[in-house]
Amino acid sequence: MNKMIIIDDEPLARSIVKEYLQKYPELELAAECNDGFDGLKAIQQHQPDLIFLDIQMPKINGFELLELIDQPPAVIFTTAFDEYAIKAFEAHAIDYLLKPFSQERFDKAIQKWKDTGSSKKNTDELLETASQSPAQSERIVVKNGSKIKIIPIQEVFYLEAADDYVKVHTREGSFLKNKTMNHFEKTLDPNQFVRSHRSYIVNIQQITRIDPYEKENHVAILRSGGKVPVSKTGYMKLRTVLGL
Amino acid sequence: MSSSPLKDNKFRIAFAIGWLVLIIMQAGVLHYWFELSWIEAITDSALSNLFLLLACLLVINTLRYYMPRREKYLHVIFWCLLLTGLWLTLNNWLLPLVLQRSAGYALFMDQSLAVRFCFAFVVMGSNTLISILWYNWEEQKEQKQRKTDTEQLSKEAELFKLRQQLQPHFLFNSLNSINALIGTRPQEARKMVQQLSDFLRGTLKKEEHQWVSLQEELQYLQLYLDIEKVRFANRLTTVIRSDEITQQMKLPALLLQPIVENAIKFGLYDTTGDAIIRITANAEENNLVMRVENPFDAETASPQKGTGFGLSSVQRRLYLLFARNDLLSTEIKENIFITTVKIPPHE
Repeated sequence: MNKMIIIDDEPLARSIVKEYLQKYPELELAAECNDGFDGLKAIQQHQPDLIFLDIQMPKINGFELLELIDQPPAVIFTTAFDEYAIKAFEAHAIDYLLKPFSQERFDKAIQKWKDTGSSKKNTDELLETASQSPAQSERIVVKNGSKIKIIPIQEVFYLEAADDYVKVHTREGSFLKNKTMNHFEKTLDPNQFVRSHRSYIVNIQQITRIDPYEKENHVAILRSGGKVPVSKTGYMKLRTVLGL
Repeated sequence: MSSSPLKDNKFRIAFAIGWLVLIIMQAGVLHYWFELSWIEAITDSALSNLFLLLACLLVINTLRYYMPRREKYLHVIFWCLLLTGLWLTLNNWLLPLVLQRSAGYALFMDQSLAVRFCFAFVVMGSNTLISILWYNWEEQKEQKQRKTDTEQLSKEAELFKLRQQLQPHFLFNSLNSINALIGTRPQEARKMVQQLSDFLRGTLKKEEHQWVSLQEELQYLQLYLDIEKVRFANRLTTVIRSDEITQQMKLPALLLQPIVENAIKFGLYDTTGDAIIRITANAEENNLVMRVENPFDAETASPQKGTGFGLSSVQRRLYLLFARNDLLSTEIKENIFITTVKIPPHE
């Protein structure tokens, strides 16, 4: 018996998946969720083998939801129209169903899942591509214990590399996100966020002044009183962006 | 190609009268001052001015096809001098032939050569100058027209693009809902196909610059809201208020829709609880004031920055229509987002 979860904010969209699933008595529907928060809880609780996941949802979207799970289950995306999502799917071959879809197309997706065992191996790359969509660069979704925190990008003071994670520093403290510095450097607005150092990306809105530090280095003093190291190349970049 | 000044009726009349006056004046001067006989005076004046007129027409026509560039004005003076010279030679040869009986006339002809040349050059020169000014003005007019045409085109394209933003998502999701209803509730599926068709037809039919009554626009929005009610089951409630006066007031087609779409996006798509969308119409002075209220999720949305919430396209459209930036305003009361748009009367 395999467990499934459907995560979609529209009741009728869930009901069509349920209807198509009737053909497969060996697949058990463990839960139906209508937003990303519920979805996350249900995934942690039921440990499903496969989820049907919509992209655009209240609270957090489908991609943000996956980012928060350490070991995501196999995913079949269901979405109506989202050019960034479709680009991500096409690039990374995880199966996706474009609404409205037929029973035949649905059967094919199930067959593909059964054949490959799971399609989760490409999830990381998929998320990397998908997170270039505008919505994804406006906020960062992090897990804070059992709670989910949504940080609007302008509230970020600076980002700091921390082993395999990135530490997101805000007024309310710092949070860990399992992404790379390169990822943030690529997706964040380069006019607002500058990689001042190999291990630091700073929000230039937060800088009050830049002081010299040791031989050739500098340090950026933030409004919050925090200090961010600035390397030689980082200093050049900051000067360009700040127009000095 | 610029049109010739001779195509203009008023110019033609003025041009003819001008030449007639010139002929009469010259004949009068010749008769009373230089004591030529009437026949001599009139023949001289008529013939010499007729040739001059032909030369001037030649200049007007040539300039129509060949306009001198700024640095070539010297050439123009040269051509005027040459034409005047040719004209004088023709006069000098032909007039004595026509009026051969009078020996006094031949003498007068010789003596007046220099004066005739100067006079003809002045006439020719002013004629050329006026033609050049005319054609320049025509060209500028054409350029201006082209510019407004292009601007109009790009404006229409821009408006069209602004309208296209939320449609595909809505359309495919609605089709998906219909697909789900067909199996279980075919009657409702049929109804929704009807609503969706009416809605899409309305979108196609309406032109951006068309003005419609509020009543018509609200009926159209009702179709859209009814479809959303089917998609989201019982979550959506709408309250629409307008009286008889505001119902008959006019507003640009499809102006309200993006505002309501925006309210639906933040109030319904991005929230989880029940959503009440309120649309209220009021008449203030001559303006129609529409107020759209929607709830929003303070946890995930940050509407505090400016007009935010994707209303910039509405702002842009209002600017294109009325050249004003103060017609759209937004405010937040607790967890309700309020959009107010003031629509001035149609000119």
